[in-house]
Amino acid sequence: MSPITIELKPRTKDLLPGMHLREGATIDAQPMAAEPDAVFDLRDVAVLYGDFVAVRGISLGIERHEITALIGPSGCGKSTLLRSLNRMNDLIPGAHVSGQITYNGEDIYHADVDPVEVRRRIGMVFQKPNPFPKSIYDNVAFGPRLNGFRGDMDELVERSLRGAALWDEVKDKLRANGLSLSGGQQQRLCIARAIATEPDVILMDEPCSALDPIATLRIEELMHELKANYTIIIVTHNMQQAARVSDRTAFLTVNVDDRLGMRTGELVEFDRTDRIFTSPADKRTEDYITGRFG
Amino acid sequence: MTTAHMPLRLTTGSGRRRARFSRFMTGVMAVAVLLALIPLLLIIGVTVAKGLPALNWEFLTSTFNHSRREAGGGYLHGLVGTLYMGGLAALMSIPMGIGAAIFLTEFPRHRLSGPVRFFSDVMTGVPSVFVGLFVYTILVRQIGFGTFVGALSLAIIMLPIVVRSSEEVLRLVPGELKRASYALGATQWQTVFGVALPTAAPGLITGSMLAVARALGETAPLVLTALAAQSVVIDFQGGGQTALPLLIFREARGAFEAGQQRAWAGALELMMLVLLLTVLARLVGRQSRYRG
Repeated sequence: MSPITIELKPRTKDLLPGMHLREGATIDAQPMAAEPDAVFDLRDVAVLYGDFVAVRGISLGIERHEITALIGPSGCGKSTLLRSLNRMNDLIPGAHVSGQITYNGEDIYHADVDPVEVRRRIGMVFQKPNPFPKSIYDNVAFGPRLNGFRGDMDELVERSLRGAALWDEVKDKLRANGLSLSGGQQQRLCIARAIATEPDVILMDEPCSALDPIATLRIEELMHELKANYTIIIVTHNMQQAARVSDRTAFLTVNVDDRLGMRTGELVEFDRTDRIFTSPADKRTEDYITGRFG
Repeated sequence: MTTAHMPLRLTTGSGRRRARFSRFMTGVMAVAVLLALIPLLLIIGVTVAKGLPALNWEFLTSTFNHSRREAGGGYLHGLVGTLYMGGLAALMSIPMGIGAAIFLTEFPRHRLSGPVRFFSDVMTGVPSVFVGLFVYTILVRQIGFGTFVGALSLAIIMLPIVVRSSEEVLRLVPGELKRASYALGATQWQTVFGVALPTAAPGLITGSMLAVARALGETAPLVLTALAAQSVVIDFQGGGQTALPLLIFREARGAFEAGQQRAWAGALELMMLVLLLTVLARLVGRQSRYRG
């Protein structure tokens, strides 16, 4: 496959094979119109915990109604990067984001932006299923109630549970505790809970790593269905999963600075998933996906 | 396949020795438990044995309107005073204590968190008579004895217990639940009231009830704040109040057989009250933190 066969977007140009990532900084200085169909646009993003640079130099765009996977070895900062997209890092003392992250053209780290509002639009599903110790119904209704939802709550709960492919399994026991469900069901409950607030984007932080293969398969099928209505960004350790579910893949790696003893995550390559997995431009990507590293 | 130097049989001498030693140690620990239980059982036994004969319907429902020398009458005024002051103290200390615990868990890095935690610890260890003396000095000398000042001194004793027990329970609320709440767009306020407090509720109730139970048995601070009363007192403040421990204290020291009888009955009544609260606290606490 040659690079010409893929549709080039102005923003992804600087991440084309062969171009050095360091150049991103200079390209950033030029004014560049945001993609009309881009949900997120990241320009030279770095996330720091105190003085520790967890990840840096990230420039990429997230397309609407696509699944974008973030892959890479442990410690490469992919979860950190994910959390910076809905300002969940704000909850960690000392965490700080530099660079620019725009969501639908708006800088989400602008001083006037309310992180609570950001999180209402950008939902999140965590690694370990974490339903509230409340009924299944109350779990799903939690988010809408926060927003003062005035409509038909029963209908919204059913729609959300159907959206998460859980309705048929729980429709007769909506009053049962969410924790009485199996791990896979709990994770789908968490997805239902996230989509009940009708977000625009769903961030998934290794959503299947605590699940068995069958439950994983169900979540992956669900992600394909959710794509029609939501933009999904998923962090995964499982490369097969990234290859199966995602449209685009970003590969991050860890740079160890021996002098400072600092491990910093950096973006190696961001491209269509089929290209990343069939003809990666960077040697490090190839090494990682073929299992020679990481 | 076995390695050459390993014995084939698993029943060896060392296994028997181990089992014997295990039985011996289990026996030692059973004896230790029994020894620890003896004083407790003796207290309960003696209180029941001495108190039960005098604990009758008249004792429970009438006030102290007889001569101290004679049998008859009861501690109704003490029971009312204990519940009145205990209730008021709970109203004052539990919301404040849980509020302080929320502050400590939600703002662990705030510059006031350290001092609040430190002074809670110090207050837990302050002898209760000091608390009575404190309230006596700053309030009783100005506004007189009464229910309110008595309740206030009990509240001061309860407060650090409520703060520390609530902080422990709130700290146990899984961070992942709070993060889930934040990720749904909840504010800190909504997360505390929608997730942290409901999840911790059984533990908060248990801690609070144990604090109440502790306060109900306090005598020293009440001597200096509630003082005494001869009949049921409904007044909020002014003119003295009484409580079961005060009546017990007074009559147990007395020279009269009938009075001592009443003191034993009062002790049994108080013990059952505290037992009731403790059992209730345990029942609430036994419900899993993860309930629907």
